Amino acid sequence: MSVTTGTLVEYLLCLADDNMVLAQRLGELAARMPDLEEDIAVANVGLDHLGQARSLYAYAGEVEGTGRTEDDLALGRSERDFRNAVLIEQPNTDFAHVLVRQLLVDAYQVPLYDALTGSTDPTLAGIAAKAVKEARYHLRRSSTWVIRLGDGTEESHDRCQAAVDHLWRYAEDLFAVPPGFEQLVAAGVATPMDPVRVAATNSVHDVMASATLTLPADLALRTGGREGMHTEHLGHLLTEMQWLHRSHPGATW
Amino acid sequence: MADIVGSQLWEVFVRAARGLNHIHVGSVHATDADGAAQAARDVYTRRSEGVSLWVVRSTDIHASDPDDHDDWFGDAHPYRHPTFYEIPDEVGHM
Repeated sequence: MSVTTGTLVEYLLCLADDNMVLAQRLGELAARMPDLEEDIAVANVGLDHLGQARSLYAYAGEVEGTGRTEDDLALGRSERDFRNAVLIEQPNTDFAHVLVRQLLVDAYQVPLYDALTGSTDPTLAGIAAKAVKEARYHLRRSSTWVIRLGDGTEESHDRCQAAVDHLWRYAEDLFAVPPGFEQLVAAGVATPMDPVRVAATNSVHDVMASATLTLPADLALRTGGREGMHTEHLGHLLTEMQWLHRSHPGATW
Repeated sequence: MADIVGSQLWEVFVRAARGLNHIHVGSVHATDADGAAQAARDVYTRRSEGVSLWVVRSTDIHASDPDDHDDWFGDAHPYRHPTFYEIPDEVGHM
């Protein structure tokens, strides 16, 4: 079964935008973490996501074949064009929100990239092979932090539980797929989402149990990011991320 | 720096390659051993500086007292170095 160019580009943008927007969120924390060690750690994780975003944007531009570069895709598209899950754009409310958001993303990216290493698309498989190692380290870090906070002091437990209660409604959007996704799965380019969801949910449940935290039930889930329907936070993020490129197109340094 | 409740200082040792010793490279703050190892990885090994690392609570290191320096390290015994001895000609090359 053949894959149309537009379908593949759309899928790559979902993957790339998740990483780009998360990299920007983590970049906001540089020099603002509780200690020097975490400051370096959060910048490292952010740069890993930025690197993944760059590879995916560059490949999306190549597949698209109209000459758009990674900069054009990251810095020249508007809010409604972004395909990241709505979870990713949620603000850095406090340390617990940062780490719980990261845990939910990491728990999803590890099985996702792991499966994509077997993609029939060799470029995507190569990007995934590099990214899965980073994602496994990210998951280790976010899991231990959420357990430390959840099973820590009363204050850290309550803040961590509040972050889980708030962010869980957005997590479902990670598993939303773009139009034509079935075509990509049939061709072996993309990986089916159900096994990814099962693996991700299992790791989150394990961490919640160790962290003495509970996932909220009966929550109205908020999705739509993969279709460009974002929460109010993404526009502000993009304004800051894109203003230089938009004010001075083609600027180099 | 140690704003996090229960944060302690940990000494970091990195092995640069197989067959080499772990070398002390610095220290990190963390609340537990896992956190210390992860902080050490992020701070000291992100540019392929190592293949293995150890973290040890700084308080678990029993150190010599600088005030004892002269008693412990001050007396130079030149005869403890092989270069102190003159090798008789008949020994030839050793």
